[in-house]
Amino acid sequence: MQRHRQAKWDETESDGHEPLLAEKDLTRHEPSDTYLPDDLTRDGVELPSISEPELVRHYTRLSQMNYGIDSGPYPLGSCTMKYNPKFTEDIAGQPAAAVHPDRDPELAQGTLQVYHELQDYLSRIGGMSAVTLQPPAGAAGELTGILVAKAYHEHNDEGDQREEILVPASAHGTNFASAAMAGYDIVELPADDDGRVDLDALSEAVGDSTAALMLTNPNTLGLFERDIEEIATIVHDAGGLLYYDGANLNALLGRARPGDMGFDVMHFNVHKTFATPHGGGGPGAGPIGVREGLEKFLPSPQVRVDGDEYTLVEPAESIGKVHGSMGNWLVLLKTHAYISRLGDEGLVDTSAKAVLNANYLAERIDLEVPFGPFHHEFVASAGETDAADFAKAMLDNGVHPPTTKWPEIVDEALMTEPTEAESKRSLERLAAAFNAVSEADDDAIAAAPRMTAAKRIDQTTAARDPKLSWQQLSD
Amino acid sequence: MSFDVPSDRRYLESHEWTTTDDPIRIGISAFAQDELGDVVFVELPDVGESIAAGETFGVVESIKAVSDLYAPISGEVTAVNEDLFNAPELVNEDPYGEGWMIEIDPDDDAAFEDLLSADEYREQIE
Repeated sequence: MQRHRQAKWDETESDGHEPLLAEKDLTRHEPSDTYLPDDLTRDGVELPSISEPELVRHYTRLSQMNYGIDSGPYPLGSCTMKYNPKFTEDIAGQPAAAVHPDRDPELAQGTLQVYHELQDYLSRIGGMSAVTLQPPAGAAGELTGILVAKAYHEHNDEGDQREEILVPASAHGTNFASAAMAGYDIVELPADDDGRVDLDALSEAVGDSTAALMLTNPNTLGLFERDIEEIATIVHDAGGLLYYDGANLNALLGRARPGDMGFDVMHFNVHKTFATPHGGGGPGAGPIGVREGLEKFLPSPQVRVDGDEYTLVEPAESIGKVHGSMGNWLVLLKTHAYISRLGDEGLVDTSAKAVLNANYLAERIDLEVPFGPFHHEFVASAGETDAADFAKAMLDNGVHPPTTKWPEIVDEALMTEPTEAESKRSLERLAAAFNAVSEADDDAIAAAPRMTAAKRIDQTTAARDPKLSWQQLSD
Repeated sequence: MSFDVPSDRRYLESHEWTTTDDPIRIGISAFAQDELGDVVFVELPDVGESIAAGETFGVVESIKAVSDLYAPISGEVTAVNEDLFNAPELVNEDPYGEGWMIEIDPDDDAAFEDLLSADEYREQIE
């Protein structure tokens, strides 16, 4: 058992005598030296009065009070908190990677080549006919994909008639939100007893008003939708499209392709599948792929190659632009670097390890996992214990806890995804944390966390009376 | 644990209550607030909006869950309990009194007959 105590620092106010190194340069610039109008200048700014080493130590301490994937395992189910290889940062940090978005295509041929190759890689990985790299996040990709589906139905003069999108109850919350953002009514599909799409309920729900079914496969319980071909037939026979939520593609990478299963439109979460940093507000990337016949609706521009020259092309019935330029270039560059470095065999190994790690961890913990066989993630039940309290107690054991209380089909759900990047030793450490909490008494769990920098949070007061900036702390 | 279910009002299976005499007020039951836990936010319609029986008219959010509020009867909103915006805890502390949510002018005075009586609702939650 690994002992754990998170760093906590209480900083006292500096005496402020030592100026920042930059301030030792006493050259002065008066506001009158500048061309700024008077109403845009001021005499002073309110800054904390501390020396440079104090400032560095402040931020170093803050980093020690944090927990991230570079500190330890982070099995947040559905989120795929993968380790981000540092070599991709190196590549993105190369001076040659600094390309202005408005550079003339003739002078940005290398950049366009990377875009074009990535479009091609993703098309092949997804079994899609064409890919756009423009959407700036997974959820933005979902919205773009649904807008493409909408453009398709409008093109067929069925835009007004097809006003519903079907979403399984256990789907990611973004599916409901993306469909609603695109102006659709949502029809929620119940799961069957083994946690998959209920075919009878689906047959009953589809019809002339169905625009699309949004599905993730494996689903949020980690279960493969084994009736996927029949699902595709039911949706297509009704005139609807099948949308693939790529959040769980890391389970299938190099082994099965959404396009081959009958999906018409899909998005890629490059931060989950290809180890780019998680956005936390951006910049991110959420490319989408479409099957043959839907390319003409994609956002503009697309990168094409003509001989050995890369050009920007506007698809014939494009839905327009969904982001500036071609999307977030450096995130896409990291995606390209990751895929290139792993190659075909590396990508196949990724999905094997993702599934193996989840199954090994589930085997090692003393909690019930009601649904299976699962792939890259599993949903354990905390049983009689509140899942949020269980998670807090896991913090005391030095690991990040799983996603809690979702999907709701499992009581007190602990949705766990160790990812392929964790070693056997790190999986054992996670299992030990799960099992220590399983054996802990109720009082200890109710008092957790005790070993973290911030102790148990008063959630109710935090939600009713949030203090969202440092200025409010002194109120 | 048994919860207070006042017999001077009617109920929905989804745990909303409505009074049957003026002013017609709507709120959620003691059982519902206990299931939700600490309520942290309540979203209600504006005065003048119409609400329809069985349709959502607002949202109640607790530290555990976000739940839709369903209208027991149809009508026009005549008052909103604005105290809840700054003190959502009133829903927990006094669900049948200070924790009321909206007042409405009902479209059909006979509509109350379709709702659960206090005894029927009590049976459902026991």
